[in-house]
Amino acid sequence: MAVTLMKGNEAIGEAAIIAGCRHYFGYPITPQNELPAYMSMRLPKVGGTFLQAESEVAAINMVLGASAAGARVMTSSSSPGVSLKMEGISYLSGAELPAVVVNMMRGGPGLGNIAGAQGDYFQAVKGGGHGDYHCIVLAPNGVQELADLTVKAFDLADQYRIVVIILGDGFIGQMSEPITLPAPSGRVFDKSAWMLSGATGRDPHVIASMRLAPDDALAHLNARLQDKYRVIEKAECMWEKSQADDAEFLLVGFGLSARICRSSVSALRKAGVRAGLFRPITLWPFPSGELARAAAGKKKILVVEMNAGQMVEDVRLSVLSSVPVDFLGTLGGVTPSVDEIVERVRSYAR
Amino acid sequence: MYEGLFFAGFGGQGIILAGKIVCLAAMGEGKHVSHIPSYGAEMRGGTANCSVVVSDDEIASPLVPRPSACIVMNKPSLLKFQSIVQVGGLLLWNESLIDLAPSRTDIETLAVKANEIAEAAGSYKAANMVMLGALLKRKPDIASLEAVIGVLGVAVSVRHRELNDINRKALTGGYERA
Amino acid sequence: MPVETLQEKLVYGRPQVLADVPNHYCPGCGHGIIHKLLAQCIDELGIQQTTILVAPVGCSVLAYNYIKVDGCEAAHGRAPAVATGIKRVHPEATVIAYQGDGDLLAIGTAETIHAANRGEKITVIFVNNAIYGMTGGQMAPTTLQAQKTKTSPYGRNPADVGYPIRACELINTLDAPVFIERCAVSSVKGILKTKRAIMKGLRNQVEKKGYSFIEILSMCPTGWGMEPREAAAWVDSDMTPVFPLGNLRDR
Repeated sequence: MAVTLMKGNEAIGEAAIIAGCRHYFGYPITPQNELPAYMSMRLPKVGGTFLQAESEVAAINMVLGASAAGARVMTSSSSPGVSLKMEGISYLSGAELPAVVVNMMRGGPGLGNIAGAQGDYFQAVKGGGHGDYHCIVLAPNGVQELADLTVKAFDLADQYRIVVIILGDGFIGQMSEPITLPAPSGRVFDKSAWMLSGATGRDPHVIASMRLAPDDALAHLNARLQDKYRVIEKAECMWEKSQADDAEFLLVGFGLSARICRSSVSALRKAGVRAGLFRPITLWPFPSGELARAAAGKKKILVVEMNAGQMVEDVRLSVLSSVPVDFLGTLGGVTPSVDEIVERVRSYAR
Repeated sequence: MYEGLFFAGFGGQGIILAGKIVCLAAMGEGKHVSHIPSYGAEMRGGTANCSVVVSDDEIASPLVPRPSACIVMNKPSLLKFQSIVQVGGLLLWNESLIDLAPSRTDIETLAVKANEIAEAAGSYKAANMVMLGALLKRKPDIASLEAVIGVLGVAVSVRHRELNDINRKALTGGYERA
Repeated sequence: MPVETLQEKLVYGRPQVLADVPNHYCPGCGHGIIHKLLAQCIDELGIQQTTILVAPVGCSVLAYNYIKVDGCEAAHGRAPAVATGIKRVHPEATVIAYQGDGDLLAIGTAETIHAANRGEKITVIFVNNAIYGMTGGQMAPTTLQAQKTKTSPYGRNPADVGYPIRACELINTLDAPVFIERCAVSSVKGILKTKRAIMKGLRNQVEKKGYSFIEILSMCPTGWGMEPREAAAWVDSDMTPVFPLGNLRDR
């Protein structure tokens, strides 16, 4: 396939279409507006449906309906809009419906600003909506990975009947890079046992999260969800290591932060400091075991995030007290600089 | 080679497009590229800027906090961004719209009468192309002038393609006078 | 002498699509009647195998347990959005959003108005009993002036919380809907009219006409603190002056 220069938000759209997504419901919000615009232009041409909903709340519930009806379906938004979708994400999780939700994070809390940020890690990874549930959370670090992970997101969603969140940020969504569009995975998921299509020649199907009777019905549903989450934790962790094996100091970051960390590792190596990078690609499930192995014997870990310290909690839980963990964060849509990361790590070496 | 480029001006001067054209041309010549625009409310009639990286190697951080070359198309951009150019870097400024020379002395500066040269090419709207031509002359590693002219057809939106003759002349005009 | 043989002829029975299970509704509640009417219409149109029912949050939250068609839960107020998603995937299906007054006119007002405005080819069945039944009798957007509820213990005061909202009239300001009618299940005559309206609303989908909205004034004896007979009389005496019965649109 040819290399094309594509904007992150548009690459998600094209990759979703490659993955067989024919239904998109959304509501405008910066910095992800190119994605609904792209879908409104492309979906009618491939026999799909684009619908601009009256709100993010309505959009996620349209997603729920379309998913219950058996379709591959997506919505996208940015932080304040994703907060509104949390109700629907909880319902989708309880009813075990597959869906892909894109969050191009911006500065918060509240209306915040429109610069890229990573302040929604807790919301995406730890819950956000009510009840005991998880979404698979993918954290791409550039346009190629946005496209590749979008295709994968639809497969994961269907395989596990789960919500998959693509957690990008405003910079990655707005950024253009040369990419090779991914091929369809070719995987087919049979939804005939549960989807709603009209009870032709079978008993009616019901899609619901509510379990009132018998008394332990909800406990059983939750236990099944937890079993599923344990399987996903074992099977689906993704991460990337670079120059980590011989490193004395390990940087840990996701998304755009990880790319700034990689530049920092190069600068540190040039200055004679042996630094390396560990980049979680799945934020849930978090690659704890792999991080603990990568961190073994290191002098220090520095976690870099565009927030006040969120993923750092999972890093600490992964390595416990075996390696000291430091944190460098930037707030309100400010990006960390290579200089400050290098300076921080050099201070450990001194 | 590695160049971190920064383009700044006001909305409507074709700042984002200039960055995109550089990417397409450099990409065609086998370079790694990345492009991050400013976006949202600040673009509606305010200032516009974009960060572009062109590199022989894979690009780690796409951010350009200290550009090796910076193009400023209006006075607020000069005042705001001359300070970020790295020591020894290049600052191209649009003398047609800026009545104040850069105050930095530790960088290379070049005044370009972009609007006048663009007018002579056929339209003041091609001032961004004049600046781009000048950049290509001073930083030949980024991409060749031919490559940049070659991508105008795909880079410029359909409704503005009739300006490409003017764009070509403006690019050449800027290149020759830098 | 010729011997007459008695031949069994079924003149009335449980609709096939109505599950033969005890329901959870209170004595005198209108939902049971409305479920039966809906089930009769589905049977008579022969659309059991192509109907998808979206149940709301409210007393009828378990509607999919009583009407044996494919069913989907919706979060409170979101039934029209869920129905939109389903219908856009299965345009051939008959998709019904069954909603109460709090669901449709309070928490789900935006979804209600916009699904109607888009002319989604769905049928909305709106059961208006002027109160929140499931949560224990709180004030609804359709609670009448001076009506006492758990959260309007001194009677609904319009100066404080406004007047009851008339859904049909609101939706009648929009261009897209093809059918809008208000009925009541407080009398035999009303029940028959209601069935005709539901039938029309479903047929409009089968014929791919567009959005249909049927408001049904219904009894909540428990929430109102009345005997069932009293409650039915109250629909006619107190509700219908505020919510006039009749067809507002039939295209």
